[in-house]
Amino acid sequence: MASVTLRNVSKSFGSVHVLSGINLEIADGEFVVLVGPSGCGKSTLLRSIAGLEEVSAGDIMIGVRRVNDVAPRDRDIAMVFQSYALYPHMNVEDNMSFSLKLRKESVSKIGTRVNQASGTLGLGALLERLPKQLSGGQRQRVAMGRAIVRDPKVFLFDEPLSNLDAKLRAQMRTEIKALQQSLGTTSIYVTHDQIEAMTMANRIVVLNEGVIQQVGAPLELYDKPANTFVAGFIGSPTMNFIEGVAGAKGEVKLADGSSIATGATSLKPGHEVTLGIRPEHLQLSGKGLRGEVQVIEPLGMTTQIAVKALGQQLTLMAMERTALSPGQPVHLSASSKHIHVFDRANGRRFALT
Amino acid sequence: MVGQSRVQRALSKIGFYAAIGAYVLFAIFPIYWTVKISVTPTRLLYTEGIKLWPSAMTMENYSAVLSATDFPRYFLNSLIVSISTSLIVTAIASLAGYALSRFQFRGKAVVSLLLLLTQTFPLVMVIPPIFRIMGSIGLTDNLYGLIVIYTAFNIAFATFLMQSFFDGIPKELEEAAMIDGCTRSTALRRIVLPLTLPGMGATISFVFTAAWSELLFALMLINSESQKTFSVGLLTFIGKFAVDWGQMMAASVMALIPVCIFFAFLQRYLVTGLTAGAVKG
Repeated sequence: MASVTLRNVSKSFGSVHVLSGINLEIADGEFVVLVGPSGCGKSTLLRSIAGLEEVSAGDIMIGVRRVNDVAPRDRDIAMVFQSYALYPHMNVEDNMSFSLKLRKESVSKIGTRVNQASGTLGLGALLERLPKQLSGGQRQRVAMGRAIVRDPKVFLFDEPLSNLDAKLRAQMRTEIKALQQSLGTTSIYVTHDQIEAMTMANRIVVLNEGVIQQVGAPLELYDKPANTFVAGFIGSPTMNFIEGVAGAKGEVKLADGSSIATGATSLKPGHEVTLGIRPEHLQLSGKGLRGEVQVIEPLGMTTQIAVKALGQQLTLMAMERTALSPGQPVHLSASSKHIHVFDRANGRRFALT
Repeated sequence: MVGQSRVQRALSKIGFYAAIGAYVLFAIFPIYWTVKISVTPTRLLYTEGIKLWPSAMTMENYSAVLSATDFPRYFLNSLIVSISTSLIVTAIASLAGYALSRFQFRGKAVVSLLLLLTQTFPLVMVIPPIFRIMGSIGLTDNLYGLIVIYTAFNIAFATFLMQSFFDGIPKELEEAAMIDGCTRSTALRRIVLPLTLPGMGATISFVFTAAWSELLFALMLINSESQKTFSVGLLTFIGKFAVDWGQMMAASVMALIPVCIFFAFLQRYLVTGLTAGAVKG
């Protein structure tokens, strides 16, 4: 086990910057999730840590060793691929023992490790099967098994659950997290799915266009997003954004002339801002922002209501069942402590007081 | 099919098999006729007219070909040339195909284009210069010359074929192997190569057949009896005043045997190989 340190890591293809100035410290035993939209550089970053891609600048350290010029096989890492990348001509047992055989481990040690891993993952009865004879979930488990028999310093996961159906994905999510907790191996996990990121990570790293947007614990990112990108990316349904202009004492004037109270009392009057309100913090009330109900989506536990207000669509998540019908006029309000205020010019969050 | 009566269904089935039967008959008839003439005694060849099977059968033509002609020699020469060519071509094409499939390098597009261009020249056009070149370095009238020429002319297509097989093997497999502890070359040997065997089988059989049935170069470059391949040898049955049909057909039938054995052996690989190369997954 080891920590992973990235110092000023950059990568570019010609004039295209895939990664710029990535600084990240991953503690020993930590589960870190890299998340972002496709093309944000998260997979490239993971592959650079694995040694499958070269970086243009900066240092990659595993433990105290700088590994920029170390071949993938000598980095003591294991990786689980999105496509699983099981060797099609080898059975489950050979797939799992391949790395140990290459290391010339003793037959008895290989046997013990493979048995242990297949026991943990429930693959005992499948050892003789070829990958093509396995279901998606089983293949996923074999790929995990291949990683854990190694007992590596770091696990790398590249969107390992993307090819599974929703139910299996939720189940494997829990299994992977439980496994990581019991093994205590430092893990770096790439996904575009913010739910996976929220549920599995000790810390989440949000990337966009090759730049780290924010690093923090899941709820920290949810409660205090550093900018509009993170605010919009984390959370489902996504946060509502409303544009406005700051008035006095944290009041913000909206497009329809109404104003709304925020906690950002240090705002200079006249400053252009973007307000962010999560759907569960937007409430139906007797007064406030005027709007009209468009669509009602009952989900059982909650009810999702789309309201047209200020010429845009706002989403509201109500815990109670509602008697509303489409077309009905409503008023919306939100408590000032739940309104996020961002600078419209650069998207950054204003500290609330 | 839905909405058809039993009679209609039976009729369409009959039509289906009739069409297949006609197709197979059309494809197989020349071979059948070759076999038929090879077992017909020479005296009956013209006297019986057109009959589907002669009234008497003989193996004389076969024994005559094997004992009284140089055909065993031609046969051996063809075998040497075809096997050497197919092995050399497949070895080189595998390496080139792997490089084209996996590496990015300057001039890659140009290499592909040049390989493709070599396929567009009519062979007849390049025979005179090749004859001169081969003559001056002593490669006419021997089997080495043929192996060199056949290798050169088959390598482009074989390279594209192998490239498509390598393209069909996901890159992640090699990356996984390299993380598991392989160098690029051990990953190639232990992961990629076993998965490419069907592709190599397809390439070998393709090149073997091409070399086995080649006539033009063999005819131009070879003079001595001892160096002739069977395709050239077949022409010796055509004399100035007569054609020995029986022996020529017997020799042809025997020439088919290695190709048939080869394909029977490789058929499984050939079918899986060609589809695996064409469709990813």
